[in-house]
Amino acid sequence: MTRRELKRQRREEMIEQSGVICLENVIKTYPAGSHALNGISLNIYRGEFVFVVGQSGAGKSTLFKLLLRELKATSGHVWVMGEDLSRMKHRRIAKYRRNLGVVFQDFRLLKDRNVYENVAFAQRIVETPRREIRRNVPAMLAMVGLAGKYKAKTNQLSGGEQQRVALARALVNNPSILLADEPTGNLDPQNSWEIMHLLEEINDQGTTVIVVTHNKEIVNAMHKRVIFMKKGLIVSDEEGGEYIDED
Amino acid sequence: MKISTFFYTIKQGIANIFHNKWYSLASIATISACLFLFGIFYALVSNFQSILQNLEEKLCVTVFFEEDMDYDSMQEIGRMIRARDEVSEARFVTEDQVWESVKQDWFGDRMEELEEAYPENPMKGEANFEVFLKDPEMQESLVAYLESLPGVRLVNKSMMTAQTLVGVNRMISFISAGIILILLVVSVFLISNTVTMGISVRKEEINIMKYIGATDFFVRVPFVLEGILIGLVGAVIPVFLLYNIYDGVLRFVTERFQVLDWLLKFKPSAEIFRFLTPVSLCVGVGIGFLGSFITVRKHLRV
Repeated sequence: MTRRELKRQRREEMIEQSGVICLENVIKTYPAGSHALNGISLNIYRGEFVFVVGQSGAGKSTLFKLLLRELKATSGHVWVMGEDLSRMKHRRIAKYRRNLGVVFQDFRLLKDRNVYENVAFAQRIVETPRREIRRNVPAMLAMVGLAGKYKAKTNQLSGGEQQRVALARALVNNPSILLADEPTGNLDPQNSWEIMHLLEEINDQGTTVIVVTHNKEIVNAMHKRVIFMKKGLIVSDEEGGEYIDED
Repeated sequence: MKISTFFYTIKQGIANIFHNKWYSLASIATISACLFLFGIFYALVSNFQSILQNLEEKLCVTVFFEEDMDYDSMQEIGRMIRARDEVSEARFVTEDQVWESVKQDWFGDRMEELEEAYPENPMKGEANFEVFLKDPEMQESLVAYLESLPGVRLVNKSMMTAQTLVGVNRMISFISAGIILILLVVSVFLISNTVTMGISVRKEEINIMKYIGATDFFVRVPFVLEGILIGLVGAVIPVFLLYNIYDGVLRFVTERFQVLDWLLKFKPSAEIFRFLTPVSLCVGVGIGFLGSFITVRKHLRV
């Protein structure tokens, strides 16, 4: 067995045992001295659908940024897909992120490009052959219900449509994990539900979905695993849980 | 990197210029303005130095001999003079040539009267060597040598002119080097500022690319290419303008001021632009490349 194969096998074993995401005593302190995460531990397994909830300042966004490897933990370990993010070198980050699909509250689409180009861009980054891009992108747009709008500029779309484009872009490379930061934050209830149903569909196909949200109604209605954060700590982690009303 | 990715990044670099046309125009205008100023200054300085050089070449020391010395002995001294390192040319002027020149210079329209008054050449014993120097700074040492030669009666020199020329030339070299340096520093500052502004606007775009897994190289290439193209266009415009302006001014001055032809020895366009064109292109492309490379780097740590 080659070294690479051995490494992959070890990684697979780790994913089986500790999950696709594993945090061990993670502390994150910002340079100004504020403690965003105060030693959290967490395991998320393959195929799970997890809500991360909590009020502003609870540490949700910091957790999201750690998983994206935008930030590095001050101490503790963050493993994603068997890779230790605290030891990851800068040049490896791009490749790591290609295993993640990311969706933001503010969509973050490339404004000067049309719908097709925005989705195709994610495939171009991983150097997918042009023929495959031409096949994959329309299929993905059809899945999110935007097949007819592939030529439209992103500023011609509604918020819900823009989020669908972002979702299509996040999924076109078949990521193992989908991270969504307040995906319904800028949407009306109807569009919010449509996006959540899409996320559920994606999860049913085997993708691990982690959604950071404030949306109590959606969290309570979907009966998924809910991780509740407060002041940089996980205060509850329940399968089929509900959004705890702090009042 | 796949060939298709390579072409894609190039296409994006070109597309970026048109997508951000105002920023591109501002950058091109800044680079053009800086290089235009640099070009004007270079053309002025190099012409001024050319005129000075011309004057320096005209600067000569005249060596007169004892009255009873024969031409063969004078030629022998001439050979010794020509062998000196300081000398670029030593021209022998006979007594008759001296008289002819005096008549021409001073009595042009009364030549006949003069010939009647002086049937014999009054410039006997005035045969001399006009010695031209390679460098006016060497005049002092040459004059000392010439005065020490046996048979040399008088050495005519103009220490003042030589020293002034040396001083002015040195001063211009220092000032021009200083101004060119300042211009380049200001250009780099202005251009990198423009690039920074342009890229700050697109910080979000870079962040998005990084979040979805683009490598630094993939993000950087279109920006750097854009910077290079902007730098190139920004350099070509002033070179083209300056070439036409310089050519026009040169033609105008040489036609209108023929009287000063002996003094105003302008450098031909080809000579000026043989230096200015590659330097401007290198500076434009270099600044475009460095400006975008460094500025993009700041935003890649996402």
